[in-house]
Amino acid sequence: MKVLNRKNLAILLAVLVAYGGIQAAIAARLVPPFYSVNLMLICVYVILATSLNLINGVTGQFSIGHAGFMAIGAYLSAIVSVKLHGPLGAAILAGAIVSAGVGFLVGLPTLRLKGDYLAITTLGVGQIVQVVFFNTNYVGGAAGFTVPRTVNWTWAFWLTVISIVIIHNFTNSTHGRACISVRENEIAAEAMGINSTKYKVMAFSLGSFFGGIAGGLYANYMYLIQPTTFSFLTSFNILVMVVLGGLGSMTGSIVGAVVMTVLSAYLSNFPEWRMVVTALLLIVMMLFRPSGLLGTKEFNLGFLGKKGESRAA
Amino acid sequence: MGHVLREGLQQVVNGLSMGSVYALIALGYTMVYGIVKLINFAHGDVMMIGAYVGWLATSRLHMSFVPALLLAMASCALLGVIIERIAYKPLRNATRVAALITAIGVSLFLEYGNMLVASAQVRSYPPVLPSVSYKVGGVYLQYGAIVIFGTTIILMILLTLTVQYTKIGKAMRAASFDKDAALMMGVNVNSTISATFAIGSALAAAAGVLYGAYYNTIDPLMGIIPGLKAFIAAVLGGIGIIPGAVVGGLVLGLTEAAVSALGASTWRDAVAFLILILVLILKPSGLFGKNVREKV
Repeated sequence: MKVLNRKNLAILLAVLVAYGGIQAAIAARLVPPFYSVNLMLICVYVILATSLNLINGVTGQFSIGHAGFMAIGAYLSAIVSVKLHGPLGAAILAGAIVSAGVGFLVGLPTLRLKGDYLAITTLGVGQIVQVVFFNTNYVGGAAGFTVPRTVNWTWAFWLTVISIVIIHNFTNSTHGRACISVRENEIAAEAMGINSTKYKVMAFSLGSFFGGIAGGLYANYMYLIQPTTFSFLTSFNILVMVVLGGLGSMTGSIVGAVVMTVLSAYLSNFPEWRMVVTALLLIVMMLFRPSGLLGTKEFNLGFLGKKGESRAA
Repeated sequence: MGHVLREGLQQVVNGLSMGSVYALIALGYTMVYGIVKLINFAHGDVMMIGAYVGWLATSRLHMSFVPALLLAMASCALLGVIIERIAYKPLRNATRVAALITAIGVSLFLEYGNMLVASAQVRSYPPVLPSVSYKVGGVYLQYGAIVIFGTTIILMILLTLTVQYTKIGKAMRAASFDKDAALMMGVNVNSTISATFAIGSALAAAAGVLYGAYYNTIDPLMGIIPGLKAFIAAVLGGIGIIPGAVVGGLVLGLTEAAVSALGASTWRDAVAFLILILVLILKPSGLFGKNVREKV
């Protein structure tokens, strides 16, 4: 299949229009601060949700400590940009690499655990990360770490696009297929010669890598990062986005992230109501449509391409 | 030397009081997990609701400690049954992950629902327990600590007797051993599961009231960390095993007291979770558990 087929060109065009339109609006000072912050948060949460979807949806593991990896990316990138005066790109990359490394080290022993045990372990890891930053005075401890704003719309948008493309291509690669087979039936996958531990750790490290990128973007935009920002409530929030969109559907995760971010922006004056609505949404969704809005299906622009291609997508 | 010893014993007392709270919550976790194989994330929040009912009973209705404790236990038993019927029962045959997500949803609902009703502000418990201390061999034994520890022991004995010698206890053990076989032997599995939730939630409510009475302050998010710690305690003792939950809770409480005594109290949560991860990696069946081979 050609890379530059009609469908991919259409997507590229749509992405360029979205970027250009918003960039022009920002340049013309048409975007009030409230909207620009939320645009940025949408990018951050889209990366977080799609990367968590890779672990929870595609590979069928159950991590509820994703905010921990976001925290590692955020703090490491902040250290590189503030303490070592490194350039932004290097800072975000460093944060993501360390986050992936921690994900690898944590994943190796813990991914042998199943379902709920894995869930509670990842929650524990997230909590430990939070406590470590809380107790490290080098990064400001409980008071937080002040980071100048160097991330702009261009950085956030293109990093989001790159993350989505890489995760999408990974999912559709041989490795991604192996991850899906682990999700569907681990024992059968093992019997077919798939090294399930290898693929689980691979997906977990890659998910942590992009979690770290999201953290780096967040840290270098928000002026201040605090350990409490990355509590398990943040992890739950990301989980809700993935679950509502449909575990295993990348487009579902993107939709979930956008919807939840916009919802919380408009309900930010009623934080209790926001959480009660989220909780009820989660319960009702599980009772009546446990696969999420899209299930494992992808929402796609296949109708723009030829018939055969839309099937293949 | 004498001073160090006294200090150590004092920390043992502190550790046992906090450990008792963990143990009471862990009992509910372990019973529910044993029978429906679900980590009831909302369990810590049931404890929080129990603390609020106790607060309402003592500060608004001017009840004394024991009636308030019983009222909280009764209301939470009802709450536990309602949660099980509405949220968990329809998902009994769904995937574990779906049930786990629902449990997280219930947990968030209880936390923020209560925040809407009772506001997010920290409430202080009225002095329901006399604030006297007994000096035994240089160690201060607070009245509250004795009450917490005593209540935990009494409730644990009652629970063990119930599970071992009553009909419903026998049904619980049968259902947690093999639900389908129990059903075929004429055990009403549905009402047994409801009873398990009721008992577990009542114990959590007791823990909530004791926590409030001893530590004085309660807030809508107070249940999260003790809930998670109690889960750690249950895993540490071997999930599904009743004495294991109590021992796990006390060991965890003592460990935390030791960490605090060493001047690292801000690292307490990290140490607790580190214990969890180590237990899960090294001996996933817990201190009292037997290894079960995985069948295909």
